[in-house]
Amino acid sequence: MNSSRQLFQYILSGLSNGAIYALIGFGFAIIHNATGIINFAQGEFVMLGGMLTVFFLAILNLPLVPAIVLAIIISTIVGMTFERLAIRPLKNAKPLRLIIITIGASIFIRGAAMLIWGKDTHALPAFSGNDPLHIAGATILPQHLWIFAVTILIIIASRIFFNYSIVGKAMRACAYNSQAASLVGIDVKIMVLLSFVISSAIGSMAGIIIAPLTMTSYDVGIMLGLKGFCAVIIGGMSSGLGTLLGGLLLGLLEALGAGFISASYKDAIAFIILLLILIIRPEGLFKKKEMERV
Amino acid sequence: MPERLQLKIMTKEKRQIIIFLVFALAILIAPFFLQGSYFLNVLVFVGINTMLAVALNLLLGYAGQISLGHAAFFGLGAYISGILTTRFSLDPWLVIILAAVCAAALAFVIGFPILKLKGHYLAMATLGFGIIMYIIFNETVGWTGGPSGLSGIPNLHIGPWIFDNDLYNYYLIWIITIIVMLLSINLSQSRIGRALRAIHDSEVAARVMGVNARVLKVQIFTVSALISAVAGSLYAHTMSFISPVSFGFNFSVELVTMVVVGGLGSIYGSFLGAALLTMLPEFLRVFQDLDIVIYGLMLILMTMFMPGGLISGIQSMAESAYAKLKGKTSSNA
Amino acid sequence: MSRNIFRIIFVLFFSVLMAGVVFAAPPIKIGALFSVSGPASFLGEPERNTAEMMVAEINKAGGIKGRKLELIVYDTQGDATKAVQAVNKLIKDDKVVAIIGPSTTGDSMAVIPVVEKAEIPLISCAAGIKITDPVKKWVFKTAQNDVLAVAKIYEYLNGQKVTKIAILTVSDGFGSSGREQLNLQSKEFGMQIISDETYGPKDTDMTVQLTKIRDSGVQAIICWGTNPGPAVVARNAKQLGINIPLYMSHGVSSKKFIELAGDGAEGVILPSGRVIVADQLPKSDPQKKALTNYVNKYREHYKVEGDHFGGHAWDAIMLLKSAIERGGYSPAAIRDHLEKTKKFAGIGGTFSYSPQDHAGLTSDAFVLVQIKQGDWKLIK
Repeated sequence: MNSSRQLFQYILSGLSNGAIYALIGFGFAIIHNATGIINFAQGEFVMLGGMLTVFFLAILNLPLVPAIVLAIIISTIVGMTFERLAIRPLKNAKPLRLIIITIGASIFIRGAAMLIWGKDTHALPAFSGNDPLHIAGATILPQHLWIFAVTILIIIASRIFFNYSIVGKAMRACAYNSQAASLVGIDVKIMVLLSFVISSAIGSMAGIIIAPLTMTSYDVGIMLGLKGFCAVIIGGMSSGLGTLLGGLLLGLLEALGAGFISASYKDAIAFIILLLILIIRPEGLFKKKEMERV
Repeated sequence: MPERLQLKIMTKEKRQIIIFLVFALAILIAPFFLQGSYFLNVLVFVGINTMLAVALNLLLGYAGQISLGHAAFFGLGAYISGILTTRFSLDPWLVIILAAVCAAALAFVIGFPILKLKGHYLAMATLGFGIIMYIIFNETVGWTGGPSGLSGIPNLHIGPWIFDNDLYNYYLIWIITIIVMLLSINLSQSRIGRALRAIHDSEVAARVMGVNARVLKVQIFTVSALISAVAGSLYAHTMSFISPVSFGFNFSVELVTMVVVGGLGSIYGSFLGAALLTMLPEFLRVFQDLDIVIYGLMLILMTMFMPGGLISGIQSMAESAYAKLKGKTSSNA
Repeated sequence: MSRNIFRIIFVLFFSVLMAGVVFAAPPIKIGALFSVSGPASFLGEPERNTAEMMVAEINKAGGIKGRKLELIVYDTQGDATKAVQAVNKLIKDDKVVAIIGPSTTGDSMAVIPVVEKAEIPLISCAAGIKITDPVKKWVFKTAQNDVLAVAKIYEYLNGQKVTKIAILTVSDGFGSSGREQLNLQSKEFGMQIISDETYGPKDTDMTVQLTKIRDSGVQAIICWGTNPGPAVVARNAKQLGINIPLYMSHGVSSKKFIELAGDGAEGVILPSGRVIVADQLPKSDPQKKALTNYVNKYREHYKVEGDHFGGHAWDAIMLLKSAIERGGYSPAAIRDHLEKTKKFAGIGGTFSYSPQDHAGLTSDAFVLVQIKQGDWKLIK
């Protein structure tokens, strides 16, 4: 009896964490699909979302919803500035330079956050209270439901956007072949900027809805960013269902591993999975294979 | 033709040998001017970091393979040396060799599957590898002492000379580093070096020309890991205390920064990068909390505006000075 | 005419000033190593703030025997390599006569060989027992050993007739040291550790570990870590509906924990230095004076509460001051008089050093407090 209850709790906890990873992974996928870049600073947008909201709530005493909206807007502005100043001039640079620049940006944003807000951890109030919900002997918090809901909404929205809207299709065209895309009249520069806007917005949204659970501080971005990246690799860099499944699978395997093998090596599990996927099936579990062009 | 008689004809090789000898001499003489100074201690760490940066440069600068997990090999060398000399009292010098071989073996085994990947995927795979190693260092408390670290690592000694002070450590580390630098410079001039650069430019083209890219990449990865492990062992014996924090993701990023800031593919550049990053905290101490921001900014600005690294900046300065000199001489004729 | 008089007065005044500078005694240089940034900044920052505040106060009151103190602080970032570089700089470049800190056990272990060789006294603010056990000639510490904290909890549990416990520790220096002690002392106090779980410093969800613990039939859970981890544990425990009593370590003895854990903090019991319940102590308590002084001063300077960790630095500075007052300015004299310190009422406890004991505290350095309605309540 007990062990099935345990198992169910692991599954539930794992899926909740997995949804978080998936949300963060979306940000990676969107930028990568439009530009081929892995934005190491993605985790910092997650951090900014949470920290900015705390700042607006606590210092400026704004009510919750305006604080959230303002936080998302400012994070997006940071993302746009980053793209304009650091990414655009390096459009055709080798991957190494881009990696270093995004790492540098992530360090810079983290350092700035530390200067402005200090090193303390801050809690955000839960959106709908803290009373746990019981499902078949296991419990989750209302905040977890928020996470699931927002994640699903974002998937649906991105599905519609990328498959049915002109702008979305234009972004996909840039991902396939930016030269051809510009030949048919798509302004690649705007598409790249747009990808950063969407990614930073989604990233900060993710940060805000998880902050009541995980609390936020200037350095939460690092690990979350890495896990989000694992999720998106498992899912095949898709900006849709693939990443969601990748994230859920990652969260699940982590929770089960922690529960049945050892909690100390929990993080190692995520990265071992990452390595295995990269080695065995780098295009992810949920995508069809593609040929490499010379 | 007074011009021709006045100008000395310096072949490229001769110039290189002279530069190397000047550099080596400067390093060997420096302690005489720095007796008992704190700076000597800093230079010991610059030496270790230079060894690491050169090792990484072979992989990153020559072969063009990104590694964000190199601190793992550094840590592996340090821990194998630390554990075997404290718990089993084995001879430290023997253990250094053993640690180097272990690191090389690990690199060889991992290299084949991982080096199939390219660009960002390779970066993430090496990052993942680095973090896994860090977790192992942190969690195997029984062996490594875990987060509290491993203390009491004996100093190295040759006969009556014990390497427990800055002066001896300086020479120990820098002599080995200079040898490593020499070997690396030789490597870069050789057939292998050219093959590596070919892989860097275009792996497919290199393969078409008959370069066994796959094997070569793994070989250079292995050599790079071996040197890093030796640096780790020396570090362990110099500090007498090691803890996992020094071998994590942050240090891997620092190493990549050293190589990039110094100049990819340039051995002297790696020295400059290592020197700058080791001494940067000294200058940044004044700014206290600003140091993280400045570090990030420096990374961004250097990558954007000086992609060739410090060495390219110095080279272009030297070249324009040389040209001015030439210009003056010819105008005198 | 008056202009000339003015000039003469000005020159005289200036010369007297210069003479004052020239003949004034040079300041006493004290080095400090704190992990102000990095993972242990919750230790380093209050410690640095406290040290700077106390040195400013001492100097305002005229210094020690007429000589001012000069505090040179370096940030180790919680990294052993940087700690060693910094301590070398303090000794060889800045030529300090004594060093306080570092904040973490790891950094302390790294710098010990250097200070022993250079023969400069070190007063560490870290908790690890290995720092002063075995005793090293030049190394002292002010933070209470984990040994004492664990003993305090186990004593209390004995009183509650608890024998089966679960431990949940963080995988960093602080947590692993606590885990070691919890295991080591379990037999002595008759404790059976049924479940031994760990979590990472940046983990955001401990429901898996707590689920395992909940079903293991234990009577108490001891969580050993520093913010924010234990706050997550407390919340998760509430979420899972766990009724088993939750005990924490002194790592969370700051209001921050209560703020982060919210409802989950209610009822949690932990050992702590007396500083957080300074106002609840009886007047007869020898530490009361120092404690209230510290709490008020810190609030005055930094607008937030002085906490348990900053107290380690307070103790280090004041112990140094007392040693210099009694004995002298040279490193050897400072060391000797530090070792002779008896019954010094500080923030962390009442210190009495001896040649065999450079940690100086006993288990009544800790008191047991319980969190009731968002505030600390001293348990008698």
